[in-house]
Amino acid sequence: MTSTTDLLPAVGTEGGRIRFGPERVLKLDSGAQLPGLEIAYRTYGQLNAAKSNAVLVCHALTLDQHIASEHPLTGKPGWWSQFVGQGRPLDPARHFIICSNVVGGCMGTTGPSSIDPRTGKPFGLSFPMITIADMVRAQALLIDALGIDTLFAVVGGSMGGMQVLQWAADYPDRLYSAVCIAAAARHSAQNIGFHEVGRQAIMADPDWRGGDYASLGVRPEKGLAVARMAAHITYLSEAALQRKFGREMQRDGLSWGFDADFQIESYLRHQGASFVDRFDANSYLYITRAMDYFDLAAGHGGVLAEAFRRARDVRFCVLSFTSDWLYPTAESRSIVRALNAAGARASFVEIETDKGHDAFLLDEPVMKAAVSGFLESAGQSRGIP
Amino acid sequence: MSEIREDFREILRLVRPGSRVLDIGCGEGALLEMLAREKGVDGRGLEISPDGVSACLARGLAVVQGDADRDLADYPSRAFDYAILSQTLQTVREPKRVLAELLRIAERAIVSLPNFGYWRVRLGLLATGRMPMTGALSEPWWATPNIHLCTLRDFTALCDMLAVRIEDSAALADGRQARRMDPSRPIENWRAEHGIFLLSRPGASAPAKAEPAARGDLFGN
Repeated sequence: MTSTTDLLPAVGTEGGRIRFGPERVLKLDSGAQLPGLEIAYRTYGQLNAAKSNAVLVCHALTLDQHIASEHPLTGKPGWWSQFVGQGRPLDPARHFIICSNVVGGCMGTTGPSSIDPRTGKPFGLSFPMITIADMVRAQALLIDALGIDTLFAVVGGSMGGMQVLQWAADYPDRLYSAVCIAAAARHSAQNIGFHEVGRQAIMADPDWRGGDYASLGVRPEKGLAVARMAAHITYLSEAALQRKFGREMQRDGLSWGFDADFQIESYLRHQGASFVDRFDANSYLYITRAMDYFDLAAGHGGVLAEAFRRARDVRFCVLSFTSDWLYPTAESRSIVRALNAAGARASFVEIETDKGHDAFLLDEPVMKAAVSGFLESAGQSRGIP
Repeated sequence: MSEIREDFREILRLVRPGSRVLDIGCGEGALLEMLAREKGVDGRGLEISPDGVSACLARGLAVVQGDADRDLADYPSRAFDYAILSQTLQTVREPKRVLAELLRIAERAIVSLPNFGYWRVRLGLLATGRMPMTGALSEPWWATPNIHLCTLRDFTALCDMLAVRIEDSAALADGRQARRMDPSRPIENWRAEHGIFLLSRPGASAPAKAEPAARGDLFGN
């Protein structure tokens, strides 16, 4: 753990964890404050002398800062490994890539499972409510600490895309370009509804213990697993599920019971069971709530274009997927409409795929080509070779 | 293809340097790139094909995937100096509405389209009794994207109906250099393979204000 003062040696290495001193209290949208903020982050590549090649990647709900390197808990490759590397949209040979765990997360940044310095016990539900804007505010603190004034790009999918939009609204002078993939400028009733199902599953688990499970040495694994199973369906498309599983059985014949007869059941159970090994239930509650509260236009008189009024000089690339029913193309189109109305430089591509929302995590050649082309040309005009 | 490039050349001459341009149906961005490079325009594009948009992104152009029939409504009024619709009006579902939209979004519209009154087209239909296929209309009826073909007279009549002013127009034929024309003359409806029109809506600022590029000699001679 480092303090802000001895942070600089970390630049160009692989990141670490910064603890912000009392002069850098994180002021939250709720009115609460978060003192003693710690941010865990990873970096890839080197910051150039002009400090003009920094790219901030914003992660989605259940992901983390390990975008292109082995995950410390699962041992799996980084979640966006196919997006980072030579000949890929983000190239450590050219870009200084930063990704930090969001506030409220559970991979090293302060969240509900962190120790509350006032009590010496995990925060649990005494952790303040957080928003997407709070996550972005914390990222800005990190960027300050890394000595970076303007980011070359802020890039993210899903909840990461929401943070990208928030960056453009709150810090338009601190980013040169923005890539927003499979996201929305606000959470829909359906989005909130699915999240509520997940939260209720967690809170219905007797081991949740009113959020105090960590102090009591238990974990609401069943509830969190069910939340993950339900959510996972929303990340895929009907066509993808059908193609992958159909009505394929786990073994010959029916069990005439409630075992996992179908492969899809077994798959979802596995998704749920492996998720609880790497994610904290309270973080799931807090972060899903932050997403539900997200409505970028609300802070701008209900007019989304007003949120982007100061971001006219930012180059935007907005992408959606045809089979994404969680954040459907119409959501991206309304972002683009607002960007147009604000006079911003907006580009938009709807990518044809049957892989659903999670397509942004997959090897989607059209997406990669679009983002590569966009960042390449933005890099040229920014003077990044 | 040479006709189309001639078409681009005319558009280049027409557009005022440094102006704001929306190119609708911008393809892979060739025209937008030329406009940015040679006229310093602040350009935006609208293109239906994702591959076209990706190609534009790689050229550093700001292009939105969408189609003229549906997505022009997303643009605020008078956001551009020019809305360009090059060889696209005949492919949209509602040409009348699209034309009106162009002049809502932009002060001026530049529209080019194939002339179905061109003599080869007329002769082809008369002689063979089948849908004409010419250089400008090169695909069979069952494969063509052109669903609303019209003659120059049809087009000028639509402009009259919408009270759209034709500030300037030129004919293109056989790949030759553009030739300024008076589209109301019947002979032009025979001999122009394509028409290009500079349009404005009633009450738009006078063309003289658009110095120097919008002078009457923009289409050459």
